[in-house]
Amino acid sequence: MISLDNVSKTYGSGPGAVQALKDIDLQVPKGTIHGVIGLSGAGKSTLIRCVNLLERPTAGRVIIDGQELTAMDAAALRQARHQCGMIFQHFNLLTNRTVYDNVALPLELMGQSRQAIRERVTPLLEMTGLADKTTQYPAQLSGGQKQRVAIARALASRPKVLLCDEATSALDPQTTASILTLLQEINQQLGLTILLITHEMEVVKTICHRVGLISDGRLVEDADVGDFFTSPGTQLGREFLNDFLKLEAPQALIERLEPEAGANTHPVVRLTFSGDSVATPLISRLAREHGIDVSILQAKVESIQGRTLGLMIAELMGSASQTRQALATLESFDLQVEVMGHVQRPD
Amino acid sequence: MSSALIDLVWQSTLETLYMVAVAGILSTLIGVPLGVLLYVTRPRQILAQPIINTLLGIVTNVGRSVPFIILLVAIIPFTRMIVGSSIGTNAAAVPLTIAAIPFVARLVEGALNEVSPGLVEAAQSMGATPMQIIMKVLLPEARGGIINGLTITVVALVSYSAMAGAVGGGGLGDLGIRYGYNRFNPTVMLITVVVLVVMVQLFQSLGDYLVRKSDHK
Repeated sequence: MISLDNVSKTYGSGPGAVQALKDIDLQVPKGTIHGVIGLSGAGKSTLIRCVNLLERPTAGRVIIDGQELTAMDAAALRQARHQCGMIFQHFNLLTNRTVYDNVALPLELMGQSRQAIRERVTPLLEMTGLADKTTQYPAQLSGGQKQRVAIARALASRPKVLLCDEATSALDPQTTASILTLLQEINQQLGLTILLITHEMEVVKTICHRVGLISDGRLVEDADVGDFFTSPGTQLGREFLNDFLKLEAPQALIERLEPEAGANTHPVVRLTFSGDSVATPLISRLAREHGIDVSILQAKVESIQGRTLGLMIAELMGSASQTRQALATLESFDLQVEVMGHVQRPD
Repeated sequence: MSSALIDLVWQSTLETLYMVAVAGILSTLIGVPLGVLLYVTRPRQILAQPIINTLLGIVTNVGRSVPFIILLVAIIPFTRMIVGSSIGTNAAAVPLTIAAIPFVARLVEGALNEVSPGLVEAAQSMGATPMQIIMKVLLPEARGGIINGLTITVVALVSYSAMAGAVGGGGLGDLGIRYGYNRFNPTVMLITVVVLVVMVQLFQSLGDYLVRKSDHK
């Protein structure tokens, strides 16, 4: 439904030029929710603005529903933008229009009759839970309500695509959850294709089917959300994931970690379980078969798009040969084993 | 206070109101579009035209830098062309209008600059034309600021109109100068000042009321 083909965007020219996007290839199939995550300044905002040509790419093609936006003149582009709703971090509602009139705006711009506008706006306000707010002004609404108005407004022209620019970043966690639920309903009921950019892994985890990771203007990962959360392909992806899961070893342990195994040390491992390995009673098996003790330092289980992800940091306590065998056993399972370091045995 | 004096004050009040009304309405009709043009032709704006923008900016600044008392006499040929005479209340309204146009334009430009660029971006994402953005987003969203600017303009016009006496335009300022100052009549001077103060208060209160009524920020 959305296809970015080698899209680049450079600001300025000459030696002072800044390349905000570099050769972005991105496909978003019809009906999917695709997230793009990245740090501030990575190019997320530029990317989503290049999709509806609020920013014109310096190179590359943007194709939405078979229409190449980058090849259109201004008038054709305005028509094409009716197919492509957009919501923003700061809502961008007109302060001097009521809720009803804000949602009516895109239809007014298309020159529709009052009657047609009423028939479209009323059900949209009901769907977004704003039926009792029609005559209020945005200043009287909460952040979540404002974003609901913005969503209703973005849907007014019956678009096929919805672009979400950090749509929940200005909202508290509960409100974020309710907006994400609304976006998910829209996706499922209307079959709307959604491209959203965010810096919050929670958003990706909750509603996205696929996720891209953008770093320094490049799309460095593009994966199913389940795959991304179980085995990110880049260091940056792992940092996002660790930060999201907050699975860090205690500081006291990190200070005691030594990179090399010594005569009197135990390995400390980080285990990432996914798929079938989650259900395996692994720890008791290690204890039974290899005679070692396992001290669990940190552990967490997450459910992502129907897949279970387990993480654990553990110290394997046993003799050098016992722990070596235990590690070999661990690696024979469907899980990732990372030896973080070694700690001295207590005397 | 004699009834002749009351008549004189009443007559002068009407003249001031007439000059302020004519100049206020005409300068709004011309100054608001000019202010919009100054804003939308800025670089990176919806109708970016850097050269036109610079030229308009220079013309506006020239208009604003000429002292009113000089403008009043400097454009006498133009005034005569427009109203057929270089003296009288109508003749004073012409330079008042000319002086107020760039004033209104800059205040409107400033009010438009306060509209969040995000709103323009949102309208663009809905496929709005530049004209639709001006009529449905920029002007309605800047309504409070524009009314505020027009209030400032009207108050400035009341003050400028005091100089209209130089071309026989009459009005309260002229009354104060001729009867109060030249004839050493402090009562007349005091009355004119009090009427002007009350007039400005009323205009300002009306402006504030309209801003409150129209703005939902």
